[in-house]
Amino acid sequence: MDQRERFYDLLPKLLGDDDRLVAVLAEIGAAYLNVTGIDPGPVADRVINVGIREQLLVGVAGGLALTGLRPIVHTFAPFLIERPFEQVKLDLGHQDVGAVLVSAGGSYDWPEGGETHMGPRDVALLDTLDGWTVHVPGHPDEAESLLRAAAHADGRVYVRLSADSNAHPHAGEDGRMAVLRRGSRGTVVAVGPMADRTLAATEGLDVTVLYAATVRPFDAETLRATLTEPDVVLVEPYLRDTSTPEVDRALQDVRHRVLGLGVGPSELRRYGSRADHDALRGLDEPGLRRSITSFLAESG
Amino acid sequence: MTPTTTLGYDDLPGLMTLMTGDEKHGASATSTLDAIWVLYDRVLRPGHDRFLLSKGHGPMAYYAVLAAKGHLTEDDLRGFGGPDSILGHHPDRTLVPGVEIGAGSLGHGLGLAVGTALGRRLRGSDARTVVLLGDAELEEGSNAEAIQYAGRAGLGGLTAVVIDNSSASLGWPGGIAQRFTVEGWSASDVDGRDHDALERALTERGDSPHVVVAHVERKDS
Repeated sequence: MDQRERFYDLLPKLLGDDDRLVAVLAEIGAAYLNVTGIDPGPVADRVINVGIREQLLVGVAGGLALTGLRPIVHTFAPFLIERPFEQVKLDLGHQDVGAVLVSAGGSYDWPEGGETHMGPRDVALLDTLDGWTVHVPGHPDEAESLLRAAAHADGRVYVRLSADSNAHPHAGEDGRMAVLRRGSRGTVVAVGPMADRTLAATEGLDVTVLYAATVRPFDAETLRATLTEPDVVLVEPYLRDTSTPEVDRALQDVRHRVLGLGVGPSELRRYGSRADHDALRGLDEPGLRRSITSFLAESG
Repeated sequence: MTPTTTLGYDDLPGLMTLMTGDEKHGASATSTLDAIWVLYDRVLRPGHDRFLLSKGHGPMAYYAVLAAKGHLTEDDLRGFGGPDSILGHHPDRTLVPGVEIGAGSLGHGLGLAVGTALGRRLRGSDARTVVLLGDAELEEGSNAEAIQYAGRAGLGGLTAVVIDNSSASLGWPGGIAQRFTVEGWSASDVDGRDHDALERALTERGDSPHVVVAHVERKDS
């Protein structure tokens, strides 16, 4: 079961456990909930499918939140964050209400679908807004625990589900970064599903590898506490350099260097598989190793 | 909040003057005045029903009614738009007592109202959610999404008021009401200055959402 399937499996249970929760869908996920034996049943009245109307998807979530309910809002990343961005900004943020936005599709979970279904800009866009917690789980177990925590919280939370996962969960539940490996020549921060390939790509390099499944708020404290040489590489599964300003802020009083790795902004106009795109974008193991080795070699 | 003072309809122009400094108010500034007054004076049950001003632009009439009903003081009105005022040229729900939504950008209130009405229905409440829009605001496509869904969902707890002062530059051939009725709403077309007609239309209830198209003078009249 991948992260998205875990979410669909979990959703009726979450609704059943807490009558404050309401799922709001724009078709995506609705059929899945109805046909796979996880019919929401007794909580069906709290599964609202507005059809393919994404402005309304977020507007309805804002209205539900204004009545004290907690909406869990779901569709693919570009249709959740980009298309209704003003609703995210105003109907949630400006109204000062909370919601859980859960995206599927990651940056390019369906490369055959092309640019329209790619969502690498989501976290960067949310960074222009105030008060968002952003989770990027790297494993279905992490997805479940982060979804549960988000459902029980009150604020604005974005959970970014991906088809790619690491072999094992790495994250604690406290939102802090985990130390996967200790070294002395720099720090590599792997976000969500990038952990396994980052560990493989840095095998034999004398670097600390940190793992983040929660990127906002950014855990500056762990970065600083584990810092050796002030050379930091970010390996993010979305738009590259999204968290570079966070590292700069965390190390404001330290002369440092940062390399941001992630999905480049250019439109490749290529189809193929996820593995094809990882390679094309330098985000497969050899690509990461090349970039990280070269960056560290430039040091001092 | 419990109203502490109660003023009447005839006091509203004076309250608006506290904000604008103008003794006279044009049709544009007062296009919403009668509908909002009738809502607060005769229709909405305090602490129960909710009023969402979607057309946040030109909120003086709204603030005047809130003041007349005791939610705001005359001092609040005098500060209108000032750096320390709670009253902006678009309302902010986090600043103004009695204001349910922050508005200003057009086309957001109806979606929020649909969510509010759904939330109230889920909680077994018979409360009404009333949202006020302008005829030009209705041009925003987001409204179409909300109109379609509210009709299909049979949101009987929802009333939309569209103030029609003919300010939509491309017009509404065939009228505004039919944009709603074709999607399953019931509709009333009324004189937006006739308080009894407004009251009758605003208290209509059924199994479907209801729209009241309140016709007032042209914006540029």
